[in-house]
Amino acid sequence: MSIKKIHKEQPETFKFNDKSMEAANKIVSNYPDGKQQSAVMALLYIAQRQNDNWIPLQAMKYIAKFLEMPYIKVYEVATFYSMYNLSPVGKYFFQICTTTPCMLRGAYDLVKVCKKKISEKENVLSEDGKISWMEVECLGACVNAPMMQVNEDYYEDLNDKKLEEIIETIYQNKIPKPGSYSGRINAEPVNNRKTLLGNKNA
Amino acid sequence: MLKDEDRIFQNLYNDSGADIESAKLRNDWNGTKGILEKGREWIINEVKSSELRGRGGAGFPTGLKWSFAPKEVGSRPHYLVINADESEPGTCKDRDILRFEPHKLIEGCLIASYAVNAHKCYIYIRGEYFNEGQKLQTAIDEAYKNNLIGKNALNSGWDLDIYIHYGAGAYICGEETALLESLEGKKGQPRLKPPFPALIGLYGCPTIINNVETVAAVPTILRRGAKWFSSLGRPKNTGTKIYCISGNVNNPCNVEEEMGIPLKELIETHAGGVVGGWDNLKAVIPGGSSMPMLPKEICDNMKMDFDACVENKTGLGTAGIVVINNDQDIIKCMARIARFYKHESCGQCTPCREGSGWMWRMLERMAAGEATPDEVDMLFDVTKQIEGHTICAFGEGSSWPVQGLIRHFKDEILERNKFDPVVKKNKNIPYLVDQHLLEKENA
Repeated sequence: MSIKKIHKEQPETFKFNDKSMEAANKIVSNYPDGKQQSAVMALLYIAQRQNDNWIPLQAMKYIAKFLEMPYIKVYEVATFYSMYNLSPVGKYFFQICTTTPCMLRGAYDLVKVCKKKISEKENVLSEDGKISWMEVECLGACVNAPMMQVNEDYYEDLNDKKLEEIIETIYQNKIPKPGSYSGRINAEPVNNRKTLLGNKNA
Repeated sequence: MLKDEDRIFQNLYNDSGADIESAKLRNDWNGTKGILEKGREWIINEVKSSELRGRGGAGFPTGLKWSFAPKEVGSRPHYLVINADESEPGTCKDRDILRFEPHKLIEGCLIASYAVNAHKCYIYIRGEYFNEGQKLQTAIDEAYKNNLIGKNALNSGWDLDIYIHYGAGAYICGEETALLESLEGKKGQPRLKPPFPALIGLYGCPTIINNVETVAAVPTILRRGAKWFSSLGRPKNTGTKIYCISGNVNNPCNVEEEMGIPLKELIETHAGGVVGGWDNLKAVIPGGSSMPMLPKEICDNMKMDFDACVENKTGLGTAGIVVINNDQDIIKCMARIARFYKHESCGQCTPCREGSGWMWRMLERMAAGEATPDEVDMLFDVTKQIEGHTICAFGEGSSWPVQGLIRHFKDEILERNKFDPVVKKNKNIPYLVDQHLLEKENA
């Protein structure tokens, strides 16, 4: 389940910094005049990135003013979509996909590792406060199952040992390499490729 | 097996890079201006005669859809929207097109927007595909720089602007009207149809919505001719399709193959067979999680195209094939899919909002063997009350997989769930049984 509970300690104010402001103005210009409400999803995401991966209520109010739309409409959007975190999460936010195609290939082993190595419960920060984890629904990389997303990167073809290594790497302040962990390239069949061989050798 | 030269997506495994130079070597943007010069009518007729059907799940003929757009632009502008909100469990084909073949998609956008009179195109990508979206943005920037899109694209006199809109993790936004709501900056709750988006869509303007794979296939079809495309597969089910094979197979992969390829060949040749051999196969979900599963007996001789799937009471959907072998607990697998639908229901229609939770809870109990035998029929009844009673097709999508389970594996559920609160062996549960009936002299 996503983090839809509003955090108790809210910051007093929220304002876009220069970088966010530039990105926000660019996105608003993508939509026709008078339809700036379309930008609300992107702006919430920008606010989330600026504010350590979660959205405070003040940010929603700020965005409502920015786009000249009612605050409740922004609130509706923020609570409807699952990628908006309304409470703080770890700097490294592990999202483990456990929907059936991943489950068939052992996604719950990954969940066990997370429970052991990060925290017993979902959405609870690890001891050093760096990582939190959550079970999520299909992330759309079923062929590379089991997989997880850390912030924006996909880590694919995992197993419990490889996940432990990834977590250890992050605890040592290094960022592990995203992509497939079984040695294959993208979504090709491992050691069994029968198509487009001309391109492969080119 | 399909010949390599007949494959549309030559860079499916990123052998040569996604940048514009590599894309041009793969024949992208070759003669696009000539295609546009042949005119709207010709493009739509060619797509119609290629019998290309939408690759997003419903399989609606693409040429027909384009012809629904008003012929003349009235007071309201037209829009083209590309659905890249790929969230169906078992499906990950659009991701590879966005990452590795972005120029096919952009070229398709130009042709499609010309055919439906649109000057603006929005590509709705699911929020999780952030990196894929960045790659597509790079390709769009390249295309602008080379005057392939933008003002007077390719000197054809046609203006086209392409924008990316990121979703934020809602499966329902893959439904076309929910996607439009989301694009307008609202909650992704589907609209009632009619009016159909082709007349009243984004911002109340005529809008054509196509899947990524459909649009990306169009340039190649027009270059090589509708005859070539319709010579593959069989009538009404023509062309090629990217199949995503996941689950209990030795080599899970994405592969482009001809429509109507036998399921067994697909799994054995490309995916390296079922883990434990073909005889260890239990069931296959042929078209993403919302399509009913098929037991091994049907999989033995099944062909993978739209009509053959319908004959077997399932659907091709997005061609996300999930293979389940005998080592898995099939009821548990379905319970997990039901949980997915419970989580993703948008909450607009009561049968779906409440029913998806009921189905999940009942299936969890059935997986644990805590249900009574007559609950199986009750569950089937629940699915029938969701199906067809909702605004969008999510109701069908959530109830069909459960129906598929009951249709093919009812015996297994009954075998496990023998719990009966009123039989004699449970006489030690005093509140469930009239105790005096258990005593012989009263019986």
